[in-house]
Formats: sequence, C-alpha cells, structure tokens
Amino acid sequence: MRRDVFQAIADPTRREIINLVAYQPLNLNAIADNFKVSRPAISQHIKILIECGLIQVNQQGRERYCEATLNDLREVANWVEKYRRLWAERFDLMDDLLEGMKMDDKKSDKKKKHGKKKKHKK
Amino acid sequence: MTTAKNETTIKAEPGKQELFITREFEAPRELVFKAFTEADLVAKWLGPREMTCRMEACENKTGGYWRFIHIAPNGIEYGFHGITHETTAPERLIRTFEFEGMPERGHVSLETATFEALPGNRTKLVIQAVYRSVIDRDGMMQSGMERGVNDSHARLDELFIELSVN
Repeated sequence: MRRDVFQAIADPTRREIINLVAYQPLNLNAIADNFKVSRPAISQHIKILIECGLIQVNQQGRERYCEATLNDLREVANWVEKYRRLWAERFDLMDDLLEGMKMDDKKSDKKKKHGKKKKHKK
Repeated sequence: MTTAKNETTIKAEPGKQELFITREFEAPRELVFKAFTEADLVAKWLGPREMTCRMEACENKTGGYWRFIHIAPNGIEYGFHGITHETTAPERLIRTFEFEGMPERGHVSLETATFEALPGNRTKLVIQAVYRSVIDRDGMMQSGMERGVNDSHARLDELFIELSVN
C-alpha cells in the first residue's frame, strides 16, 4: 500500500488526528477520546500516519506521545502548484490562439461589409 | 508585448474524488468554446509542445465518440478516449475520459466544462473532473507533477490529456 503524505491525508479521520496533534503532542488515549470510532481503529490510523511520516512517537516515561511532523505537508502544496502550472501553460497557449481567432473574426467581418458595399455599388 | 496572464486556479481538496480548474479568458465564450472543442484548435494548445497530437475521432455532439493519440518524440503513442455525454454550445460540455495505457480498464473520469459569459466579452471556464477513487485523482495529478520535476514524457501525457480534452 502507498505510504506517502497523500495517502495520509486521504482519510477524514486522519486529517482530524493531524489537526489535533498539530497543536500539542498527545497520547493515544487523548487522541481516541476525540473520536467515536474504536481505539484500535485510531491506532491503525496513527500507524499509517507514522508510516507516512506525518507523526512521530516520543516515549516520555510510560506514555507514548504522538507529535506532528508536518514538513511533508508542504509536498502537497508543491504538488498542486506543479499541476496548476501545467494548466496555466496550456491556457496561456489558448490565449494566443484566441487572439488569433478574434483577429480572423474581425477580418471576416470586414470582408462581409466590404462585399455588401460592392453589391450596393452594383 | 504581453499582458499579464489571467490566473489559473486548481481546487483539489484532500481525500476527495474531484478537482476543479478555473480560468478566465479575454474572449467571448463562443470563441473559447470553439478553441476548447474543435479538433484542429485543441491540438494547438493541448501540448506538450514536443508531442504530436493525432485526433482519431472528435465528435462533440451529444453521444459522440472521441479519441486522440499523443505521440512522443520516441514514437511511443498514448491513447485517450471517451464519449461526449452532452454538448450545449457554447455553455457546457460533459465527457467521459479514459487513458488507454492503464494496467486495467475502467479508470474513467467524468469531466464537465462550463463556460460562463462575463461582461466585456470575457469568459470564465470551470472544469470539474470526478474520478472513481481518490487514488485515481491523486495519481492523475501526480503524473503531472512528475512532468514538472523531471520532464519525462511518459507519465505526464496520461495526465496531460486528462482534462484538456474535456
């Protein structure tokens, strides 16, 4: 299965977990208290988040605290930006094409008018 | 002499199966619709510049079949096809889209392009693409990223056309 930041944020529960621990490190119980789903389910989500590199676990005494490591989220922003640029390039080309089409329209309008004048002259 | 380009925006919320592409044009929507749908015109902006685009079919009427091939400089061909679900010129075009190079068939997306007439002979284009899964959507977008990163032609063309055809 894919383990990257995109996989991590694909699930609403995981996004919520990221939001929770983004403010302060929390242990599993504290995280699970915020959700209706079972603790094992939350554990599983946390496991995925760890594997995706968005959470790291720090042992403090008996407790294990989940802490957000959000640098990788920037990857998502970059990703969308690259995709956006691709489309921007295409649309810029379309701008040029449209300018040409507008000119052609004007020319053909003129021709039409010109043609009519000729007919009138006759 | 170039004027400032209009902004292209992408809205792709995490975990969703859809994305939106929005752009305004300094041209009346009849023209934008034409540039977006007619085979010979599409070939001029769909790019990538180093690829050749061959239209096998381009029926923009409702129920029509479209298929086109991108040919890389190394001769490798990438096919894409779909059905035009609805054409309401010059305001709306709805199509299915499928890249033929996927390991299995059925990774179809549904694309709706709407052309809104703005004051001053301007046009707002919004493309919505809905995928069968979040993975399909993200995979398509990532193939675009790979192009940006290493300029490899292979994957990116899958993407390339993905929406442009709409």
